[in-house]
Amino acid sequence: MNNPSERSERYYNLYKENIKRISERSSPYFNSFREAAIDEFNKLGIPTKKNESYRYTNLDTFFNHEYKSYFMPSASDFKKAEEFRCDVTDLDAHGIVLMNGFYPTIKDKMRKLPGGIWIGSMNEAADKFGDQIRKHYNKYINGNSDGLVHLNTAMASDGVFIYIPEGVVLTKPIQIINLVQSDEDIFNQHRSLIVAEKNSDVTVIVCDHTLSPNKFLTNGITEIYVGENAHFEIIRVQNEHNNAGKITHTFMHQERNSYASSNNITLHGGLVRNSTYHFLGGEGAECKSLGLFLADKWQHVDNFVNVDHAFPKCTSNQLFKGVLDDMATGAFNGRIYVHKDAQGTVAYQKNNNILLTDDAKMDTKPQLEIYADDVKCSHGATVGQLNDDALFYLQSRGIEKREARLMLMFGFAHEVIQNIKVEALRDRMDKLVMQRLKGELSRCAFCMVKCG
Amino acid sequence: MEKEQDKIINDVTSGEYKYGFHSDIETEKISRGLNEDTIRTISGKKNEPEWLLEFRLKAFRHWQTMKMPTWANLKIPDIDYQDIIYYAAPKQKAVNKSLNDIDPELKRTFDKLGIPLEEQKHLSGVAVDAVMDSVSVKTTFRETLAESGIIFCSFSDAVKEYPDLIRRYMGTVVPYTDNFFASLNSAVFSDGSFCYIPKGVRCPMELSTYFRINSANTGQFERTLLIADEEAYVSYMEGCTAPMRDENQLHAAIVEIIAENNAEVKYSTVQNWYPGDKNGKGGIFNFVTKRGLCRGENSKISWTQIETGSAITWKYPSCILRGDNSTGEFYSVAVTNNHQQADTGTKMIHIGKNTRSTIVSKGISAGFSNNSYRGLVKVLKSASGARNFSQCDSLLLSDKCGAHTFPYIEVDNQTAIVEHEATTSKIGEDQIFYCNQRGISTEDAIGLIVNGYAREVLNKLPMEFAVEAQKLLQISLEGSVG
Repeated sequence: MNNPSERSERYYNLYKENIKRISERSSPYFNSFREAAIDEFNKLGIPTKKNESYRYTNLDTFFNHEYKSYFMPSASDFKKAEEFRCDVTDLDAHGIVLMNGFYPTIKDKMRKLPGGIWIGSMNEAADKFGDQIRKHYNKYINGNSDGLVHLNTAMASDGVFIYIPEGVVLTKPIQIINLVQSDEDIFNQHRSLIVAEKNSDVTVIVCDHTLSPNKFLTNGITEIYVGENAHFEIIRVQNEHNNAGKITHTFMHQERNSYASSNNITLHGGLVRNSTYHFLGGEGAECKSLGLFLADKWQHVDNFVNVDHAFPKCTSNQLFKGVLDDMATGAFNGRIYVHKDAQGTVAYQKNNNILLTDDAKMDTKPQLEIYADDVKCSHGATVGQLNDDALFYLQSRGIEKREARLMLMFGFAHEVIQNIKVEALRDRMDKLVMQRLKGELSRCAFCMVKCG
Repeated sequence: MEKEQDKIINDVTSGEYKYGFHSDIETEKISRGLNEDTIRTISGKKNEPEWLLEFRLKAFRHWQTMKMPTWANLKIPDIDYQDIIYYAAPKQKAVNKSLNDIDPELKRTFDKLGIPLEEQKHLSGVAVDAVMDSVSVKTTFRETLAESGIIFCSFSDAVKEYPDLIRRYMGTVVPYTDNFFASLNSAVFSDGSFCYIPKGVRCPMELSTYFRINSANTGQFERTLLIADEEAYVSYMEGCTAPMRDENQLHAAIVEIIAENNAEVKYSTVQNWYPGDKNGKGGIFNFVTKRGLCRGENSKISWTQIETGSAITWKYPSCILRGDNSTGEFYSVAVTNNHQQADTGTKMIHIGKNTRSTIVSKGISAGFSNNSYRGLVKVLKSASGARNFSQCDSLLLSDKCGAHTFPYIEVDNQTAIVEHEATTSKIGEDQIFYCNQRGISTEDAIGLIVNGYAREVLNKLPMEFAVEAQKLLQISLEGSVG
């Protein structure tokens, strides 16, 4: 079982055993990709530390585990999802709740929001928005060398579809709440697609929660298309327990003069791996990729970012920060790739990390690959501890050491949080981070899981 | 304006390789191919003791199980290891190598390269070990150095004269299993330099090795071992050139440095192997393993390299900082032009307490070349108080070239402070305009900017090298600014 190829084979067998059940409930269009994807997965397998992009992340503990049930939540599960309320009460958002990666079946499978925005289940959308699905589904992944991406394409059965028509500006954010709850250890894979057409403007918040203390593993993909001149933001808040593994792949494709940002805030989670791929596919596009993680105990958080500058005059900015406590380990792997004719590129990348204990470990790998000459690129990475001078400065002004440390750490983390435009969420994040840094529980009030 | 700039850049980058001549020297070669017999032959020719032959064979057997590494950001054509001549030596009969016994043609060759084999007064500050193809031809100032107890001789001589030292140190920093090219070198290495600085001695002159590839179809595999005992200091320089040929030639060397308590070693390289012609034909494949071990407390190893030659460079001079308070430094300017490729950088492994390392890497790419920095800074759990600063800048001089940065940072200790910075840009039009405005021609302005850019590293070179390096930088970039 611990042999990597045997392990990959186990997942292949899982596919063979379940493909019929998955296919029956999915749209034929999605099914048409499955065969090729599983072949590709067979070639690549589950990534090991030998894969350059997983060099610092060991997936063994999560992928070697036997999960009891992998698919299909029951109707009663969805009831619970309906009952779930986000405790950020002043967050005024259009909400949807996903249960174990499935869109609730109780009410309508497609919902219409003001301005003609559609939110719904992927499977449902395949019928209603066939054109859109055909145009965008699985289009931004091409040639990805991560076996897990193909495993998802082969087996994912549902997820969220969001369609924002041309010129629609949505002032309220859309909130997707991913819940995982089961009495058994489960592995779930969901697949979402967001299409933001020309001149639209929308913010999406994704919250990940676990509601029962079982061992979970999630492998999800979100594909995002950002049309010309559109403005798109996605904020991901990850708050899962220490026994949960979360692997996300986000593919963002941007057209001309568009702006997109991604912000991954990881507060809690046993193993978290966020891969974010930005493709700047038109002149003048701009993207921002942000991330903050706070890890303790035996947690491991890995952020992988790839920014492709394929066209001239694009701008990108990456900022990832981490605070590591106890025996936590962290990894950052960021790459800026400037294609041959992408002149006038401006690309920045920054990764700062603080180690709080001797047992914490951070590995970082910021990379630049540049094939054009008229560029301004820079990257910086640091791993260190709190600045003694700053600490002394605060103490000399009568602030006690513990408080001073907290202030410094909070300031460090706030640099990422301040980029969140939704005020209620920003305040909430500040509060959660503060609590987390103080060592208090940072779970949401309604959460039934006692983390740690 | 644009056109004029292009022209100047062209002039600047199309500079000729002036060391490309070939000397007609009677050479003794063995036949092509590599197997255990080849190794026995090489060992036999050098009258080596049994233990060294064993070492070679062990390395060879290990090498056979290995594959050529593919992780570097390089396009390396297939190398047929059976099509290389592994031993070529200029014929000479003399045993004691007095100057009169050296083939005059050989002497002329080195004179032409500016490396006189006579112990001349005006060059009295530098002792040279001259290596042509597989063997060391002459080591100057051996006697003068011996007065202060310093051993400086060819590797083969050292094997005969100081077998204890060689046995004790060889392979301790770069084991024969280290990597593909290190194993190959351990199996077939032919000669190189050996240097031992005894306790408390500050080497009175610069030591230097000059490598010259002369014969066709040969590979050069030399091995350098440098030991600085407690409180010793040495500054060591290395230079190399090769004739212009259409086929590629392989150069796979090993350099091992050991610094004991309070010792300091400064190792400078000006690498100027033939880089191939404008279309990327020919040139040397330079696959080198260089590593220093700061074994003692407060020891220091400093690498400085100016990389302008070679068709392909694969080279990561590293420091293992084992002693407490030891220091590692790496200063590099790598210039690639036309179709050259370079994947170079360093490794700093922090093991001891309060170890410090500095990395300054300046890449300059022109033409169609690709220039990568690849580096690792690793802080182990035991290395409390470790400190690293890395800076990697790249300058792009054409729109067809590439500049890449692949740093790896692995930190396992909370008290460590590790910083990495990198920038990539081209020479700004505003900078050139500023110079023009003050009456400096575009060509001079570019030279000025490039030189200023590399200054931080050039300043680290010993004086004898600094001037040459500066000139070299200009020549390598001739015709490349735009």
